[in-house]
Amino acid sequence: MDAAVHKKVRVATTSLAGCFGCHTSFLDIDERLFDLLELVEFDRTPLTDIKEIGRCDIGIIEGGLCNAENVHVLREFRRQCRILIAIGACAINGGLPAQRNHLSLPLILEEVYHTSVGLANGLIPNDPELPLPLSKVRPLHEVVKVDYFIPGCPPPADAIWKSLMDILGGREPALGHGLIQYD
Amino acid sequence: MSYHLETAAQPANLRRVAIDTVSRVEGHGKVTILLDAQNQVRQVRLHIVEFRGFERFIQGRPFWEVPVMVQRLCGICPVSHHLAASKALDQVVGVKHLTPTAEKIRRLMHYGQMLQSHALHFFYLASPDLLFGFDSEASRRNIVGVAAAHPETARRGVLLRKFGQEVIRATAGKRVHGTGSIPGGVNKALTQEERALLLQDIYQIVGWSRDAVQLIKQLHLQNPALYNSFGICRSNTMSLVGQDGGMDFYHGRLRARDGSGGVLFDGVDYRDYSRHIQEEVKPWSYMKFPFFTAFGKKNGWYKVGPLARVQNCDQIPTPLAEAERREFVDYCGGVPSHAPLAYHWTRMIEMLHAAETIKDLLHDDDIVGSDLVRTGERAMEGVGVIEAPRGTLIHHYRVDEDDLVTMCNLIVSTTHNNQAMNEAIRNVARRYLDGREITEGLLNHIEVAIRCFDPCLSCATHALGQMPLAVELLDAGGARVHALARNGDGSIGEAPG
Repeated sequence: MDAAVHKKVRVATTSLAGCFGCHTSFLDIDERLFDLLELVEFDRTPLTDIKEIGRCDIGIIEGGLCNAENVHVLREFRRQCRILIAIGACAINGGLPAQRNHLSLPLILEEVYHTSVGLANGLIPNDPELPLPLSKVRPLHEVVKVDYFIPGCPPPADAIWKSLMDILGGREPALGHGLIQYD
Repeated sequence: MSYHLETAAQPANLRRVAIDTVSRVEGHGKVTILLDAQNQVRQVRLHIVEFRGFERFIQGRPFWEVPVMVQRLCGICPVSHHLAASKALDQVVGVKHLTPTAEKIRRLMHYGQMLQSHALHFFYLASPDLLFGFDSEASRRNIVGVAAAHPETARRGVLLRKFGQEVIRATAGKRVHGTGSIPGGVNKALTQEERALLLQDIYQIVGWSRDAVQLIKQLHLQNPALYNSFGICRSNTMSLVGQDGGMDFYHGRLRARDGSGGVLFDGVDYRDYSRHIQEEVKPWSYMKFPFFTAFGKKNGWYKVGPLARVQNCDQIPTPLAEAERREFVDYCGGVPSHAPLAYHWTRMIEMLHAAETIKDLLHDDDIVGSDLVRTGERAMEGVGVIEAPRGTLIHHYRVDEDDLVTMCNLIVSTTHNNQAMNEAIRNVARRYLDGREITEGLLNHIEVAIRCFDPCLSCATHALGQMPLAVELLDAGGARVHALARNGDGSIGEAPG
């Protein structure tokens, strides 16, 4: 074995208030995953059993901020990751969940837990184990500095692949025509 | 209605252990376990901690946006929501029967989704536990570890999923969050090139799907004591079944069976779902607890998904999957299995059925047809029900004269399994954790039970709660300077401690 083994880049990912569509799109690199695994190792991600993030080179986050737990995890990621990437519409601008921002929380709460079709009882979940919701859904860069943004809902797998290959190759990531999309 | 191990009598005296967050599932779930001084389990809960509020903020949107918007409930099963919403809105635009091309394109999209979702779950999420052991080394217990130890298995998993995603791309326009299905039909059929490309690989895909059934069958048969009893949660079951009682993921009527397999209701038009199903709210989870109204909260809860569907139906209409179903049913001795680990075997049978059905649809000339949309007499309400990978999915909308949504009710697949998942983890906690020192491997046993259900926790929640709030003022050294708390009743006072 080569004595000067090239150290793998350590990558963590998470979905905050996301739908996992960006993670799905990441997995849409298909067999390129095996090539990627030559270069990176995973820290905390939905695919591994590491529950708390450690020191990482790259952190990739999909999903916006909907509750206090999301903010806590985001801050942990920023603290532990050299490079932080916001991926997808939700992380970048709040995305579809931010459609609730023009409504009041008590109103939504009332409707879903008291007047909704087919409810056997009306009560609002309030156990301390449940994270405190935010009054408005926010994007990531309002709370921490974000180094790169990959747009899309979700971004195409090729855009995610290009961005990662650029960063791993020591280049500033650039997406050309066809890889930048917002839908 | 509170079950055994749901609420401890005196929680203040108990020690809390948490799995935060459950890994190798879609979405965010947290398990809390309360133990007494003898390490006996006194309370186990699966908390679903997400809320987004789709049912509310979709109101006021034009109804034709809905099939595109609701996909953002979930990035793994967006097609389920795309099609359930489309089916509901077919009724709103007055279309009772789609054109042959439209129905087959939607079916192709849906069965493509079944294939990719089941492949993702089995190979990427569940296989590490099944291949390495539930308390195997944590750093290896993932798809990377599987790729290192079983490279061909991992490769096939990736390619099975890839094929399903390509079927979706050809029919929906994008792999994730496409736009192919619209109220009244579809907006695109397959081109001859797309059809030819998919036909090239489909036989290999059918073969690999069949191999996947053999793999899980082998794992199950090698360890029957574990697979047949781990996390047992006996319950009713529910699914759609097709015209002749056969398995049909896209359309059918509701059938429910009791724990022994006897029929509770059958042939139910799913537009009447609200007469048969009610939902209970508990304070400790954002996800509701559905039950069959006629049987009450205690006895009315039920399982959905592959274990329910394979055992609910009379037959599977494709030959290889049907042969596997018979073998499974014979293995269970003609009585229904309630073993969560049997979800994996039945999930792979469904994946094989999806592959065979895709093959049949690709050979059907209707899928390159040009008659795509129908119109009819406009109505004000629609219900769309479909069998998503994880279980029965219900979308219900009301639309006003201005074409805007005025009501939305969603019962998402994983929600139906809420009580079952809680029962399964209580069973596992009692059996594996009672009286023992808690290790990471033992906690993973709880997660293994949850993973059997392939939960889609993002889908399953729509609402939020009013929280007690504590505010702490810390100085630069982290020492607490002051603290206030808003209690659950809204009053504000000094925080304890």
